[in-house]
Amino acid sequence: MELTSPTYFAKVKVQTVQDYVLFCVQSVTNLFQRPFYLTDIVSQADSIGVGSLPIVVLTGFFTGAVLALQASNTLERFGSLSLVGQLVSTSMVRELGPVLTSLMVAGRNSSGMASELGSMMVTEQIDAMRALGTDPMKKLVTPRVAATVFMLFFLAIISDLVGLAGGALVARVLLHLDSRQYWSYAWQTLVFQDVFMGLVKPVLFGFIIATIGCFYGMNARGGTQGVGRATTQAMVASSVLILVLDFFVTRLLMAVLSYH
Amino acid sequence: MSAPTLPLDSAAATVQEDAARVIVFDDVKLGFGDNEVLRGVSFHLARGETKALFGVAGSGKSLILKLAMGLIRPDSGSTVVLGHDISQMREEELFQLRRKIGMVFQESALFDSLTVRENVAYRLMEEHGIYDEDIDRRVREALHFVELEHTLDLYPAELSGGMRRRVAIARAVITQPELLLYDSPTGGLDPVTSNRIIEFIVKQRDVYKTSALLVTHRLQDGFTMATHQFDQDANRMVQLPPGRSCDVPMSFLILRDGKVIFDGDAQALKESRDEYIREYIS
Repeated sequence: MELTSPTYFAKVKVQTVQDYVLFCVQSVTNLFQRPFYLTDIVSQADSIGVGSLPIVVLTGFFTGAVLALQASNTLERFGSLSLVGQLVSTSMVRELGPVLTSLMVAGRNSSGMASELGSMMVTEQIDAMRALGTDPMKKLVTPRVAATVFMLFFLAIISDLVGLAGGALVARVLLHLDSRQYWSYAWQTLVFQDVFMGLVKPVLFGFIIATIGCFYGMNARGGTQGVGRATTQAMVASSVLILVLDFFVTRLLMAVLSYH
Repeated sequence: MSAPTLPLDSAAATVQEDAARVIVFDDVKLGFGDNEVLRGVSFHLARGETKALFGVAGSGKSLILKLAMGLIRPDSGSTVVLGHDISQMREEELFQLRRKIGMVFQESALFDSLTVRENVAYRLMEEHGIYDEDIDRRVREALHFVELEHTLDLYPAELSGGMRRRVAIARAVITQPELLLYDSPTGGLDPVTSNRIIEFIVKQRDVYKTSALLVTHRLQDGFTMATHQFDQDANRMVQLPPGRSCDVPMSFLILRDGKVIFDGDAQALKESRDEYIREYIS
């Protein structure tokens, strides 16, 4: 095995980060430059958003349900079983809805984008597109970024809602709580900061999912093996980045919104 | 005092010369890491001419086409295409210029998620936005040119290798570009299909007078193009009488070790005394 010098390794990593930042900037600035590929944005929104709906609904529902179930054990010890709605609500809206939805969409779409664009790259289709006078960044990357950010926002809201419904079902059927009480607590406990935090996260995570997926795809080299590598890397990098970013965004928003 | 007519004439001559040259490569160098592939390549392509590029695998033939398209940039030297020094142009400016150039890639590079119709119409759709009657007519014309009208609604995966190359040619010629770049259009194909593709390239040269650079490994492709011309009445390629190969705008360029070792017509190639060239064409 050939050994790589630490300096060279560091240079490559810094170069990759620099390329990724420039890639992100270009994907956003393209939104304000002609031509606009509205049809591609709609088509991607359908594929990413509507296509991800079943897994997001399933994940959200069972997360809410298991959250209610787990919380009931602890709350019962303190005689506060009625607060289960409050716990499910804040957990889903602030944290689990956006993060789990993003992880699901990352698994499905970040890898999908990397493999699709990677295949196009290694079969010279990206070069052919450039040769035909089309900017692949505008045609392929920007629509995917715009569609993912837009759709993940709504998918997270749907996930929150079905998560609450899952919690409600467990509360009613297994914990024998009153449904109106559950929904009342779930609703009343939410404040602006909870909702704001829950809506900012999917926007950031959507951007991460799409840009990471497209970046690895557009930089795929080395035939089918290279495409496979790009797909795995995109999936791993986007999932890890979502979790890391989640911590820092939560901390930042808590500080900014004076919220604990 | 007499006017300095000479510089003016010289300038006018230069302008005329530039207009007559579609591609001018001047001392172009390009390498990847320690491997310097092109070591000072200089040549020009005259308007209306087709130049066949030969060389062993890895000699940089395909790189020359990609440089001419502005898909990659040289390390040094200048690449002037259709009057623009593309080595100095930004990517956004290149997109406009590329619309005047057609390229046929080595493996066709058709968009595999689009039908033949959508592939051929791609450039027109990008310009006009919607698939209307005019685009449909032009798509059918382009596919008629390569005799593949019946494949309109098929996907590239449903076509044979030769058919994919012909669709790629149709996609490249649909806008009647000023310059065509063919990257091994006959590579890996049987002789019958190869001849058919060469016939389309000759038709494009003789009927539409399009300038072209052709990368190929098959020497017979170049000689076929140098000894045949397209007969529009008979709608087929016909052989020229012996000794009339200079009647067609066809030239040859041979690369060796990253440099041009031959640039001339078929007659000069046959008469070359260079040992490497003699071995190459034997």
